[in-house]
Amino acid sequence: MINAILHGILLGGLYALLATGLSLMFGVMRIINLAHGSLALVGAYMAFLFMEHLHISTYLALVPVLPGALIVGYVLQRTLLERSLRAGELVPLLTTFGLLIVIGNLLQYFFSPDVHSLPSGRIGTASWRVTSSVTIPWFDVLILAVAVVVLGGLHLLLRRTQLGRELRATASDADTAELMGVNARRVYARATAIAVATSALAGVFYAMRSAFDPFSGATQLIYAFEAVVIGGIGSLWGTLVGGIVLGVAQTVGAQINVQYFALGGHVVFLAVLILRAVLQAGGLRVLPRGAGA
Amino acid sequence: MAFTLGLGVLLALLAFAPLMLSQGSLDNLIQLYFLVILAIMWNALAGYGGLVSVGQQAFIGIGAYAVVFLSVQHSLNPYFAMLLATLIGAAISIPVAAVMLWLRGGAFAIGMWVVAEVFAILISLDASLGGGTGTSAVLAFNLRYTPEQRLRYTYWAALAAAAALLVILFLLLRSRLGASLQAIRDDEAAAASVGVRVLLGKGVLFVLAGAGCTAAGTVILAWQLSIPPLGPDSIFGVNWSAKMIFMVLVGGLGTFEGPIIGAIILYLLQTYVSNAGVWYFVMLGSIAIAVALFLPSGVWGAAQDRFNLQLLPVGYRVRR
Amino acid sequence: MTLLSVERLDSRHGLLHAVREVSLNVGEGETIALVGANGAGKSTLLRTIAGAHRPSGGRISFDGRDITRLPAHQRVKLGIALVPEGRRLFPDLTVDENLRIATAAGRRGHWTVGEVLEAFPLLRPLRDKRAASLSGGEQQATAIGRALMTNPRLLLLDEVSLGLAPVVVEDVYRSLKALIEAGTTIVLVEQDLTRALGVASRVVCMLEGRVVLEGGSGELSREQVTSAYFGLARGTAA
Repeated sequence: MINAILHGILLGGLYALLATGLSLMFGVMRIINLAHGSLALVGAYMAFLFMEHLHISTYLALVPVLPGALIVGYVLQRTLLERSLRAGELVPLLTTFGLLIVIGNLLQYFFSPDVHSLPSGRIGTASWRVTSSVTIPWFDVLILAVAVVVLGGLHLLLRRTQLGRELRATASDADTAELMGVNARRVYARATAIAVATSALAGVFYAMRSAFDPFSGATQLIYAFEAVVIGGIGSLWGTLVGGIVLGVAQTVGAQINVQYFALGGHVVFLAVLILRAVLQAGGLRVLPRGAGA
Repeated sequence: MAFTLGLGVLLALLAFAPLMLSQGSLDNLIQLYFLVILAIMWNALAGYGGLVSVGQQAFIGIGAYAVVFLSVQHSLNPYFAMLLATLIGAAISIPVAAVMLWLRGGAFAIGMWVVAEVFAILISLDASLGGGTGTSAVLAFNLRYTPEQRLRYTYWAALAAAAALLVILFLLLRSRLGASLQAIRDDEAAAASVGVRVLLGKGVLFVLAGAGCTAAGTVILAWQLSIPPLGPDSIFGVNWSAKMIFMVLVGGLGTFEGPIIGAIILYLLQTYVSNAGVWYFVMLGSIAIAVALFLPSGVWGAAQDRFNLQLLPVGYRVRR
Repeated sequence: MTLLSVERLDSRHGLLHAVREVSLNVGEGETIALVGANGAGKSTLLRTIAGAHRPSGGRISFDGRDITRLPAHQRVKLGIALVPEGRRLFPDLTVDENLRIATAAGRRGHWTVGEVLEAFPLLRPLRDKRAASLSGGEQQATAIGRALMTNPRLLLLDEVSLGLAPVVVEDVYRSLKALIEAGTTIVLVEQDLTRALGVASRVVCMLEGRVVLEGGSGELSREQVTSAYFGLARGTAA
């Protein structure tokens, strides 16, 4: 059981990394990015390409992939998402859904539906045998560490830099931010750039950890969403907490019965949500007397 | 008045279709009908209720599995089973609504997706229903009906379900509940403060959408006869939500006619382009993106604005 | 020298025609008081000048340049700053962060965080407090300070005395006087006629979207302004 919990915590690191971009885009722009998983996969496939042609390690492949992802995110926001946002709150759902389908199928066309995996180097298989029943894989620890570093970096960005202030102000009140001289569209574009870069990073690490194919995005997407929502929409560190809670719920569920892996996560997800909503409503009078259902 | 008459004629024509059209056409129309049902139900939730749900496939799955359960395991007449299944779906949607309607926005959207996944997993744990590897109702239908009969009866069931749901939705929107829904959409707190029963309004929509999607699920089962194993094409799959989002947003969110147009568009794409393999999907996605960029209020929304159209007297428009 | 020129401006608020054919000239260094009843269109006019609202007709020129279609953040770059009605501070940002946000447009000038805290000493101990936890007067001071951080040439103030205790309003107007003496061009919307007439060099009265009276604050009598305010001078109505 302790082993399961530990593994759950480490798994939480992966989910947090995957969910960071999602959390950022939803927190700043209220966009539910259905293509998030697909973009992460594109990161993995691009790393794969660089490795094939340049004969470098996966880690080194991050060097071209990450800046590329920043640019892709920036352009994506300025071209597609900005217009979609202006058109209506739900329109980005349609755009990102379109992207999800187009990306998934283009990946399938260019890379075949076969399963791939990215090599993770020596750390990939190393583990620390703590006791006879507890083993800690070093790679998962690395992922958790990367997640913490990324989240920490974002935290510093948001709290200490002008861009961070502009991001928070625009997320809170875009109209007034504009009146203070902030170029909201540029701020949004930078937010999306960062979001896509973190998802590409997550994609590469995911691809090192397990096998992937053009449609792996969907399964992981729901877990990423769950992590964001459990941790509280709009809270960056909440995403880490959410990821860990989810990871532990899943691994503990699997301990009880192998088939209960996803179910464990889902049940905890729903429980947390309902509890939180009931507590919030209990604190405020949402409905006046006599108007309730 | 003339328009209502026209609708009646259309309905009669469609009802007589099995006597005039080929098997292939009937088969196609059934698909169109369940797409229409799904589209108008998702629009009822999102467009009129402000509830974006990425999990209506929960009810599609319930509908399909309930029919298998009732007609295969309990030897009920499959069409009667379809009706019963719809009621079961409606019944299940009540406690789900009681729990989920506490949530808002993104939490509700994703929460419903998770509910669908939970239903899928719970059913897959039941070996008698196939344990996640799929199941079928072939026996229940083919022991009683010839293929031609099955097609005909399924056609009528699908048409009846679509027509009934359209009428119910229309009446609902024209009732006091419809006005209160508009108020809720505009400003929930203000609406509540003047006595609008917010939870009741949303609850009614949720149950209707639950029943409707369940009905669609039963039709899908009657049409394809088998339920595929859990995976991307699963009856509980999020692909169904993706189709609903496509139909409603391309057709026109929050309009009455929009989702029907969106369903027709998706149906046409499916029927005539789907053999293009990968490129079918690329086209689907590209259309979604193009509509989002250039026709954000949907095809019908754009037509309404451009030509000042309104076919059905639902909702209010102020003309400049 | 005319700093701001508004020509036959039309602005709508949803379906409401809030500003109708308003023309106005503001000279450099002037202080204009914009008065009128609720719903007269004063806020909409200010917001349209600042760029938060798109006009449906007419022209706005600033320093000779046509800015009618220019987005708000670029107007800030040129030197227009608005203190919005209701303050509109960023609630989760601290006072310090709220002030620093306004350096986004990059205009250089007299106003820095230090200078703002000098001008509004009550803010000094509150520097790292969240804006949402401030009192009304503290929020107003922060909001004015925030607009000043953009080093504006034209400062637009929308109802700065709204919801504040009279003592606090005194303090706010004292700071405004200092700004006026320093030569800042100001247009302020104010419900309190006495204050408005006391601080402005010119008064513009609006009613139902139009300008109905305009003149130097020394020339116009209080009665003239009041009857224009309430539309009494519009001739006998049924």
